[in-house]
Parts: sequence; structure tokens; C-alpha cells
Amino acid sequence: MITFPWITFLTALPLVGALVLLAFGGLGRTYARCAALAFSVAAFVLTMMIWCHFDSSSGDLQFQQRISWIPTLGVEYRVGIDGLGLLMLLLTSIVVPIGIIASWNIQKRVALYYSLVLILQACLFGTFTALNFFHWFIFWELSLIPAFFLIRVWGGARRTSAATQFLVYTMVGSIALLLAFLAIFLATREFDFIDLAAMAHNGHLMPAVIDKLDWRRFTPDHLALVLFAGAFLGFAVKVPIFPFHTWLPSAYSEAPTGTTILLTGAMSKMGVYGFLRILLPIFGAQMQAVLTPLLWLAVATVVFSAYAALAQKDLKRIFAYSSINHLGYCLLGIFAVLQSTGGDTALITQKYAAMNGVFLQMLNHGLTAATLFWFVAMLEKRSGGLRGLDDFGGLRKVAPVFAGLMGIALFSSLGLPGLNGFIGEFLIFKGSFPLVTWATSFAVLGLLMTAIFILGILQRVFSGPLNQRWGGLPDLTVGERLALAPAIGLMFVLGLYPQLVLGVVNNTVIQLVQQMKF
Amino acid sequence: MMLAWTIYISFLGAAAMLLLPKDSVASARILALLTAVVGFGITLTYFLHHRTGEMLTIVRVPWVPTLGIEYHLAADGISLTLVLLTGIIAITGILFSWDIENRSKEFFAFYLLLIGAVYGVFLSYDLFLLFVFYEIVIIPKYFLIAIWGSTRREYGAMKLALYSFVGSAMVLVGLIAAYVVAGAKSTSLSQLAHFPFSLHFQIWAFPLVFVGFAILAGMWPLHTWAPTGHVAAPTAASMLLAGVVMKLGAYGCLRVAMVLFPLGLGPWGVHVFGLGSWRDVFALLAVIGIIYGALVALVQKDFKFVIGYSSVSHMGFVLLGLMTLNQIGISGAVLQMFSHGILAGLLFAVVGRMVYARTHTRNLAALNAMNLHKIIPFAAVTFIVAGMASMGLPGFSGFVAELMVLIGVWRAYPLLALCVGFGLVVGVVYIWRAMQKAFFLSAGTVPAPPNPPLPPITFPERLGAVILITSSVLIGLYPQVLLNVIVPALNSPLFDGLRKGSWQ
Amino acid sequence: MIAINDAQLLRLAWPEVIVVATALIVMAVDLLLLRGCNTRVRFSLAAGLGALGCAGAIVRILLAHEVANILNGVLLANPLTHLVQIALLTLTIFTLLLSADSSFTQHVGEFVLLLLAATAAMMFLAATQDLLVLFISLELLSLSLYILAAFDKRSAQSWEAALKYYLFGGMSAAFLLFGFSLLYGLSNSTSLPLIAAAIHGPALNPLLVIAIVTTAIGLGFKVAAAPFHFWAPDVYQGAPAPSAAFIASGSKVASFFLFFQVMAIGFAGAEGTAALPNFVRGWVPVLALMAVVSMLLGNLVAIRQSSLRRLLAYSAIAHAGTMLLAIVAHTQQGLAALLYYVVTYALATLGAFAVIAVVEQQKGDDQLSNFDGLYRQSPVLSFCLAIFILSLAGIPPLAGFFAKFYLFVTVLNAAPGSMGLLWLVILSIVMSAVSLYYYLRVLKRVYVAAPAIGAVAVRTPPLSQALVLLLAAVVVLLGCAPQLLLRYIEAAIRVSGL
Repeated sequence: MITFPWITFLTALPLVGALVLLAFGGLGRTYARCAALAFSVAAFVLTMMIWCHFDSSSGDLQFQQRISWIPTLGVEYRVGIDGLGLLMLLLTSIVVPIGIIASWNIQKRVALYYSLVLILQACLFGTFTALNFFHWFIFWELSLIPAFFLIRVWGGARRTSAATQFLVYTMVGSIALLLAFLAIFLATREFDFIDLAAMAHNGHLMPAVIDKLDWRRFTPDHLALVLFAGAFLGFAVKVPIFPFHTWLPSAYSEAPTGTTILLTGAMSKMGVYGFLRILLPIFGAQMQAVLTPLLWLAVATVVFSAYAALAQKDLKRIFAYSSINHLGYCLLGIFAVLQSTGGDTALITQKYAAMNGVFLQMLNHGLTAATLFWFVAMLEKRSGGLRGLDDFGGLRKVAPVFAGLMGIALFSSLGLPGLNGFIGEFLIFKGSFPLVTWATSFAVLGLLMTAIFILGILQRVFSGPLNQRWGGLPDLTVGERLALAPAIGLMFVLGLYPQLVLGVVNNTVIQLVQQMKF
Repeated sequence: MMLAWTIYISFLGAAAMLLLPKDSVASARILALLTAVVGFGITLTYFLHHRTGEMLTIVRVPWVPTLGIEYHLAADGISLTLVLLTGIIAITGILFSWDIENRSKEFFAFYLLLIGAVYGVFLSYDLFLLFVFYEIVIIPKYFLIAIWGSTRREYGAMKLALYSFVGSAMVLVGLIAAYVVAGAKSTSLSQLAHFPFSLHFQIWAFPLVFVGFAILAGMWPLHTWAPTGHVAAPTAASMLLAGVVMKLGAYGCLRVAMVLFPLGLGPWGVHVFGLGSWRDVFALLAVIGIIYGALVALVQKDFKFVIGYSSVSHMGFVLLGLMTLNQIGISGAVLQMFSHGILAGLLFAVVGRMVYARTHTRNLAALNAMNLHKIIPFAAVTFIVAGMASMGLPGFSGFVAELMVLIGVWRAYPLLALCVGFGLVVGVVYIWRAMQKAFFLSAGTVPAPPNPPLPPITFPERLGAVILITSSVLIGLYPQVLLNVIVPALNSPLFDGLRKGSWQ
Repeated sequence: MIAINDAQLLRLAWPEVIVVATALIVMAVDLLLLRGCNTRVRFSLAAGLGALGCAGAIVRILLAHEVANILNGVLLANPLTHLVQIALLTLTIFTLLLSADSSFTQHVGEFVLLLLAATAAMMFLAATQDLLVLFISLELLSLSLYILAAFDKRSAQSWEAALKYYLFGGMSAAFLLFGFSLLYGLSNSTSLPLIAAAIHGPALNPLLVIAIVTTAIGLGFKVAAAPFHFWAPDVYQGAPAPSAAFIASGSKVASFFLFFQVMAIGFAGAEGTAALPNFVRGWVPVLALMAVVSMLLGNLVAIRQSSLRRLLAYSAIAHAGTMLLAIVAHTQQGLAALLYYVVTYALATLGAFAVIAVVEQQKGDDQLSNFDGLYRQSPVLSFCLAIFILSLAGIPPLAGFFAKFYLFVTVLNAAPGSMGLLWLVILSIVMSAVSLYYYLRVLKRVYVAAPAIGAVAVRTPPLSQALVLLLAAVVVLLGCAPQLLLRYIEAAIRVSGL
């Protein structure tokens, strides 16, 4: 226990920034942009400080804080992080500054835009650190509001329907999640994630549920599955899993690109985080019972989204579907861990590998996708809003640096060894193959199709004859290159030296896998 | 003794208002505001000193000894919560009526009269006294709507008055019957609550009294007065009506019907269409109200009608919470009474005062063309916040209340909980639709800026909005402050019969 | 044959004598001294004198505390009769004050004489339980009222109303007399208690049935209960305001008290019951039927009225129906409830007529459209009118509400343990809801509607204003503190042993 409330402070910092922006936003656009950037960088610095103080040798929760809040409902303010939470905090604090810089060209109501972004950051911090359902849910739901408005007010031509679809889909999922957890509360009087996980681990959870919720129509197994289904729906919409993904392409493409960075870099990870923090520990047994359908869903997500990306003409849509695809790999890894091993230590080691891969993939995909959309934003700025595959051609000739750097990001997304995108996918496939061979085999298709469309982008946008229209396209400015350098650099660093991250999260991974008894 | 002064001060304020010189608009407003603030101040002081929530008698003197009627005022946690709500809505209602110029003296006189009577209902502990205050509410309500209202005001006012009167007529029949059967010795609530009425008597008396009160609470299908009446009413009256007066009905359901006739909630022994007791019937009607209100709100073309139907939907939560018959469900219902009171007040304030009083239209299509979020951004932001709170977004009072009711419903009627979930989803959609259409220009609509330009949002409106939002956020983040008084109140001897009966 | 001392008789009848003497003095003064003055002055003086006389009678009653029973009910004096007589005298005083500002007739002295004669008749009516004295007093009352109704010679409606009143009245008096004669035949006595003892028996004698029906018709006419109500709308509308007010208030009190006495005392033993489901034949079901028809007809027809007076007439029919329920209950508490109800009803009606009188004088007639926007033209009048109308509707905290509440409690309590009369109570409450509709419509005109273009302020004479305010204050007071009146009523009934 550290006496200084790091996490509360970290969560409050962007909120303070948002208030400052709202209050003094009239001072000018540049001022607002700089203030927003300053606050997000400060949050990054704070995260790094937490990283340094983090004890990697333990998989337990650190930086905990507990305050009693609503005793009547068993609600307390409890925050804490382990390796998973720390990773998510890091990811958020990297992605948000990228998103802020990528939005530098927003002209209307700049202060409001950035304050919404900062509020979103605070909600993300809150979601990743909360350990009691009540206030976790507050942050989960509240994060929808800034996202909605960011899409609705600054978005593209079809932003209204995209934003509404986004909101309604996610709300439906959240309500299902809420209902499931209320039922659990009714049975156990617990809203605390850690305590509930402990109950599940000891086998006390489901008997309590069956005992207290005397719903005669359901057999005990069905009852457990019903509750699981509710919770699952909430997260399934968020990740998203096929077939609950239809909100995503429109939302990502209609949102202003700076917002898309936030959506894909950080918000999409909320779903996967939910799987890891909540579903797996608490509903592990139920998930195992329906493992095969889950694997089918994961495979479908991977394959279908890659196939859909192939058919797209809009760069943002391609990358949107690609996001679904990459997160599908995370799901594959998570579900693979559920496979019973029967005590075979080799298989358990594979599980560690798969789970490590999932963690890494989350971080790496966040970074890569954020950078990719950043490039799209820069392209839009130069082309006056165009971002179709067929709008460009041969840009390599006029903007070589741009082509080069974006090429690096594209290869990272492809999974080229040496770049950060490789290691996560490699570990997931390595770990999942022995555990769920058939599913992993199907998922390889996704890899293939990803390769095809990534190379397709490279060819259509950068190679080939120069599209005369873009003869005068400016290359990256010095400022842009300096801004991009850390991101690209990080891609290489993480690609070549993944131990940097693995060392910190490994113990958490081990503890997480061990908690599941199978 | 102090708390009774909330009633007296309001009545005195109303009387003093009539003595003001004619056409004195400013002094009328200030007098009204002062009266409301003093009333709320008294309540707040009392609340801060009595955190434990047990029943405390304020006044008890014999009134008509022949019939055993006493002038008995008392307050427990539930009453206190609702009296606090009344105080807040009273103050903000007056702030939002700051612009009334036509016969403002009389407006505030009727308003204060209404507030005083509402305080009286919440503080009464003698059934005759409660009924007297309950009836007094009807007449100022009628005049507030008939004189200062808008669309079809005379029709809306009459419909409202008659529905309310029919409801109270039903209650009167039940009350008199109970009084006579118990020996015609006393109308004190606690005495009648402990009288062992026969099961046969309770089985018909309970639904009679409950429905009588539930009419005012907007229970489906007897809710049709509510949208018409709320739309016809001027803003402050809508705030009061939806915010407080509908809670009178729910309060009566809990305090009178359920306390006096707990056995009426018990099983009939036979099942009709799957329903086995009045409890099942009313729970079902409540859920239908939630879903019906939400669905109808979804298709309205008039902005205020959306909010009117949303009130019906939210009150369904209250009634459903009451029917769960467990501590968490009923506490949730009381909390929802408070929360919805605040939020309904806020929503009507935005729609009525900030938008309609300026644009003179409530048609969503017309408002859409005006792109209001650029012209009156404060109204847009306030409505967004209110809308989020209204759909149950965590961080606001509505979330905690609906959470508790849902937990209660899960225990009592699991299937209905799923229906409620559906209602919540529709709740999100209609609020979002209304917000988008009213404040943001849709793609494809020709912009038509209002002409002449709209006056800016005045200071009293901002103050009122801030007060209401703060209250909702405060209770949303720290509901314990109210739960500390509500939950012990449910453990008092008054609810013994209820606890022994079908408590879960 | 019991010897009666003339002196004793005179002492008992002192209050009535005072009233009659006042009537003659007023007549004399008016004829001899005041012929030259203008009507206003004459009316004021006459009314003042009359009021003084009535006040004197009240004082006499209060101070003398006589208790006596002459000849088995020919002339009674006990706290109950004193109470009723004081109430009647008070109502007469108010009526006289109301008439002080009138200008509808030159025959001032005659008017006041007739009013006071009617009062004396009512006082005798309250103080007797003998059929003959009953009938004589009733006739004196009725004849005075017929003439009072016709007093406005300027208006054809006035004498048409009086004619209808007279014809109906004459016919119902015939019915009543027939019934009384049958009763005498059955019991060989004209004293109500003795009659009751005589007709008490297991089965209902067919003659008794006829007697019940005809008596009910006769008395039902008097209280304007349906279906014997046809005179009421025309009389309320056509008679000059003070007369109509008097008929609606004082005469109602006396008639209901009479009704209760005759049925509860005279026909005791032949009640039967109206409690569902055990319907037993007797006079109670007959009255219950009358009550139901009155409530239904009165309320439903009142909705369509465009004249305030006719509206009040139909509402009077409806209220009569409700008050009949108290007689249906025929208990001590029932009488208390009846008296409380009828007194507060009388006060409210009187107040309403006072307002109507003022408005009629300035605007010509009592059409509801003349009341549009009255709040602007005379805030005091409209406020008091609102109080009276809301009291009639039964809205707390006014007297009418408590009266209704007490009456319903009484009706349900009549047969403790059984809810048999509940259906009557439910019907009455439902009809109250209907009545709220037309009462609110009147108030809507007064408060919500805008005044007609070119309408001038209504200037109320100070005496009328004071009267109206006083009546409104009393109505509010009795609503907030009903015990003030109730304890006297209950004490009186308890002592007098009904």
C-alpha cells in the first residue's frame, strides 16, 4: 500500500484538465491545444512514475485504495492495479497524446473537443483501475458520453446514425451486464471483483447464486449460463465480437480521426480488459462450458473482419475492420486458456505464452493502430479530406518519408518480425496451437488476408504510377517527424526487446492463469 | 415543532401574497422565493440534526374528538426525503418562473398554497389530516394550469382535477370503510395500522385505496391525465406536478395502502392469467407503464410530450419498487421518488422555460431547424446532463435508485427484470432522440434560425439548473446520505404488518 | 286531559312571540313612518329591526334554558330544539341583511313581515312532535314562502315560479295530510312517539305502506328531493334573491329536521333496511331510492346549466339526496351529521346567493357569462364565491368537506359490523366527483376567463361585502375547527334523547 493516492490522482488529473479547458477555453485555440497536450503528457509522466514504483515480482494488486462509500449496497471505492491494469494505464497514456496531436487541425470549438478527450481519458483510467462493480460501471458508462459527442459533433457526413448506433449498441450491452451483476449481487451481496473472483475460485459462487435466486424455471447450470450470457453480451459488444460488431466500422470511419485513435487505441481494449478482469475470473467455469461456441465466435471475428477489410475502399474502414481482426486474436488467446489441460505442465506453459501474447497484443495493437490512424489523419489533411484507396497512387515518389514511416507502421500491423506487431501474435498462436488446434488453424486465414490487404494498401497508395493530382503533396514536416519519432521508435523497441513489457506483466499473467483451475 | 412551520410559512406566504398591491411583480417573486427558501432551510436544518431516521412527532393535538381525529404531524426518513425534494423543487420552480408577468401575484399565491399542502401531506400522520391536505392540492393545481398554461389548458386542467378527485374519492371510500370497521374511534395511522382487519376486507380495500393513490402516481392505464396535464401546465407547475405531486400518489400507496392493508398483497389462492395476487397485478401494470411510457415517448413530435411520457415511465419504476416488498426494492423506490422529482423538474424546466418560452414552439421538427445548441448552449448542455441522468447513467441519482429497484425486482419477479432492462434501453433511445432533434441540426434539414433572435439564458434559470444538477449528482455519488434515513424508516413498527406478511 | 297553564305556554313560546311582534312592529313602522323615504333606506331599516328582533329571540332562548314537553309533543323545549331554532334565527338574520340592499319591491314592510312569519312557523315546526301542529306550521311556512317567491312584480318569472311552487306545494300538502290522517287512523293519536308505539308490529300494514309513501312524497317535496323537485329550478331562478336565499337555507334546515323527526320518531319500527343484500321493506328503502334519484338527477342535469341560480337549484337537489342518506341511517349520530351538514350547506348557499344578488343588480341577470372575469372586477366577491362553491363541492378545509365526511362515517356506522350501506356512500362520493366538474366550471369563469369587453368594476355595497366576508369566514372556520359547532349539536342530541 502506498500512502499517496496515485491512482485517484491519475484519474483526477485529466478531469481537472477538462475543467480548466472548459473554463478558460475562450483564450484561444492554440492555448487549448497546448493545455490539453500538457495535461496528457503529465498523465503519461505520472504513469511512468507508477511503472517505476511497480513491483514486477508480484502478481498481486498494488497501489490499492479502499474507502467505504454506500454500505447499504456493499459499495466501496476500491482501486488497484496489477500488471494488467498497469499495462492498460500505459497504453491509455500513450494513445491519448497521439490522439490529441492528431486532432491538431480541428477548428471548431477546440476547447470543448479537448475537454471531452480528457474526460474520456479519465474514464478510461477509472475503468482500468476500478475493482468494485459500482464505480467501475460508472466509468464504463460515462466513457460513452464523450465518445458519443466527439463523433456526433465533429464527425463526418453520416455521423448522426453512426453515433446513435454506437451508443445504443453499447448501452444494450451495458444493461445486460448490469442486470447480470445485479443478480449476482442479490445472491452474494458482493460487488467487489476480487472477492467475487475468490468466491468463484473456491467454488462458492454458483452455489450461492443457485441458493439465493430461486428461479424455478432454470436448472442450476442454465441459471449460471444465463448470468454469464448477460455479462458476456456487455463485453462482446465492446470488443467487438462477431456478430455484435456492426456498429464499429461506421463509428470509426465517421469519427474525426483523432477520436478514432482513441476509440481503437484505448476504448476497444476496455472490452478485452473486461474479459480478463471480470469474465474470466468470475465466470470461468461457464466459459469453459461453452468453449466451443466461443472459439467459433473468435474465429469468425478474425476471419470475417479480415475478409471484410479486403473489400473496403476507405482507408479508415480498412483499419477499422483490421482492428476487429487484431482483437480477434486476443480473444482466441483468451479462449484458448480456458481449454482444460489435465495438469499437463507443458500445456500450462503454453497457456502462459498465450496469455502473455494477449497482453502484448493489446499494447502493441493499440500503439500500431493509433499510429496508423495518425498517418491517415495526416493524409487527410494533405488531401483535403480524401482517404479512399483509389484516390491515391505512387505517393512514394513525392513523399518518401511519409511512405517510409507509414510503411513501417503497416508492416507492424502485418506482423513483421522485428516490429512490435509480431511478438504478440506469435505468442498467441504459439500458445493456442497446442491447446485449440482447429481454431488456431482457421485463424491463420486471418493472418493471410491481413497480409493481402496491407500489401494492397502499400501498393495502391504508395507504389505504382504517381497520381498526378498529388504531384505537389508535401512530405512530413519537421514537427510531424519529431512527433512521430517516439511512436515509431517504440514500435522498434517493443519489437526487438519485448522483455521490457513482459518482465513487468509476466507474474500477473501467471497468477491469472493459475487462478483458473483448469 | 419546527418542521410544521414549513406548512405554515407557505400558507402565510400565500396569504401575504394576496395582500400585496396590484401589479407588483418584483415583490411577489421575491416574497415567494424567500418563503420557499425559508421552508427549505427549516427542512435542511431538521434533516441535519436528525440523521437517524426514526419517526419523530412534531405536533399532536386533538382536533375533532367526537370522531377521534387528531392534528398529528410527524416525520420519518421517508417523509424527510420527500420534504427535502419539495423544498428543492419549490425554490427552483420559482426561479424558473421569474419571467411571469401576467397576474404574477396570484400565480405565486397558488404556487405557495400548493407547496404548503404538499408539505402537509408528507408530514401528516393522521389519515383524515393527510386526506385534507391531499384534497387541498387539487384546487391550486387546477388554477395554475387553467390560467397560466398553454396547449388546451382548460381541458388539461379539468382532466387533471377530475382524475385526481376520482382517485381521492376512491381513497376516501377505503379510508372511511377502514375507519368504521375499526370501530370509528380514531383516524391515527399507527392505530389503524395495528388494527387486525379481516383478510376479506383487506382484499378489496387494498386495491381500492392503492389504485386511488396510484392514479395520481400515473400508473398505467390510468395515467392519461399526466401527459395532457403536464403539457398544458406552465413550467413551474409542470415541475411541481411531475416532480412532487405525482410522488404524493406513490407516497400514499406506500404510507397508507400498504401499511393499512398489508394482507391485501397476499396471494388470492387462485391464478388468473398467471397472476396470483394484487401484488402481481400492480407489478405487471408498473412494468407495462415503464415500457409503454418509453415507447410512446419515442414517437412524440412535441418536445414536452416526450418528457410527459417519460414521467409515466419513471413512475413505473417507483411503483414496481414498492411491489417488490423487500427492503432494497422499497428503499430504491423512495430514492427514485427523490431522484425523478429532481430530474423531472430539470427536464421540464429546460423544455418549458429555456426552450418553449423563447421559441414558442415545441414541435421537434421546427426546433430541429433552429440548431439550438449554437444559440442557447447552456440549455443544450443542461438537457444533455438531465437526459443522461434520466436514462440512468451512473454518477447521477437515477442510477442508484434504478439499481436498487432492479435488485429488488430480480429477487421478486425475475422475468419482469428482463422487461425492465428492455425499458431501460428504450429509455436511452427516446431521450437521445429528443436531445438530438431538439438541439442539433439533423443532416438534410434546412436551417431556419429563429426570428427574432432568442434572449439569452437568464441568471435565475442558470441558478435553478445548477441547483437541480448538483442535487442529482450529489445523491448519485453519495446516496448514503438519504439511505441513512430511508432504510431505518422501513424498520419502524409502522411497517410491521408489511414485514410480517409478504416481506422477502 | 292534562291541564296546561297558559302562562307556561306563553313562556315556552316567548321566542316565537318576539319574532311575531317584531314582524308587526316592522310592518307598522314601515306603513306609518317610512312611506316617504326611498326603498334602500326602508329596506335597511326594516331589515335592521327584523334582525334585532331575531337577535332578541336568540337571546331569550339562550338565557331561558326551558325544558318542557307539553301534551306528548305538542310543544317541546329541549337543547335540541333550542339549537335548531337558534340556527334558524341566525339564518333569518343573514337573509334580512342580504335583503337590506335590495330594490325589487316597494312593499318592504310586507316582505319583512312574511319573512319573519315564516321564521316563526319554522320555529314552531322545530319544536313540535304533534301531527296537527306540524301541519299547521308547515302550511304557515309554505304560504309565506309562496308569496315571498312572487314578490318581484317586475319579473314574469317570479310569479310563474310562485305559481308552480304553490301548485306543487298544495298537491304535496294534500298528500302529506292524507298520510297523516292514515297515521291517526292507525294509532288514534297525533303524537309521533305514540304513533310509533302503535304501529309497531311484525308485518307492514298496507295502510301503513300508503302512509309511508304519501308522507315521503309530501316531505320530499319540501326538501326538493327528486322526483318531487320540479318546483326547485324555477323558484331558485325566478324568486327575488333574498327569497330564494331564504328558501334555500332556512327552509331547508327546518324541512330536513322535520323530515328526520317524522321518519325516525314517527315511523320507528317500520324502517326496514336499505343495506345490501338484505333488503327489508320499510320507509328506509323508499328514502334510499329518493336519495339515489336525487343525487343522480341533480348532479347530471346541473352540468348543462348556464344560469348560476338554476345550477344551485340542481345542486340543491343533489345535496338533498346526500342529506337523505343521514335520515336513512336514522341514528343519533345521523341526526348530528344531518344538522351539521344542512347548517353549513345553508350558510354556503346563502353566501352564494348574496354574491348573486350583487352581480344581478349590476349586470341584470345571473347568467354564467356575467361572472366572467369577476376576479378582476371584484376580488373580494370572487374570493368569497370561490369559498362558497368549494364548500358546496366538498373540498377541504372548508365546512362542506367535513360535513360530507361526517355524514359518510355516520351512514357506514349505522349498522356496525356490516358494510351494507356502502353502496350509497360510494354513489354519493362518485357524484361528488361529478359535481366538482360543474363547480369548477363556475370558478373557471370567475378566475380564468377574461372579463367581457367594456365591463366595469362591480361595486359592492358595504353591507353586502361585510355579510359575504362574514359568511365566508364562518365557512372556513367551521371547516378548520368543526368541533366548534359539532360539540353543541352532539351535546344537544345526547341530552334530548332521541
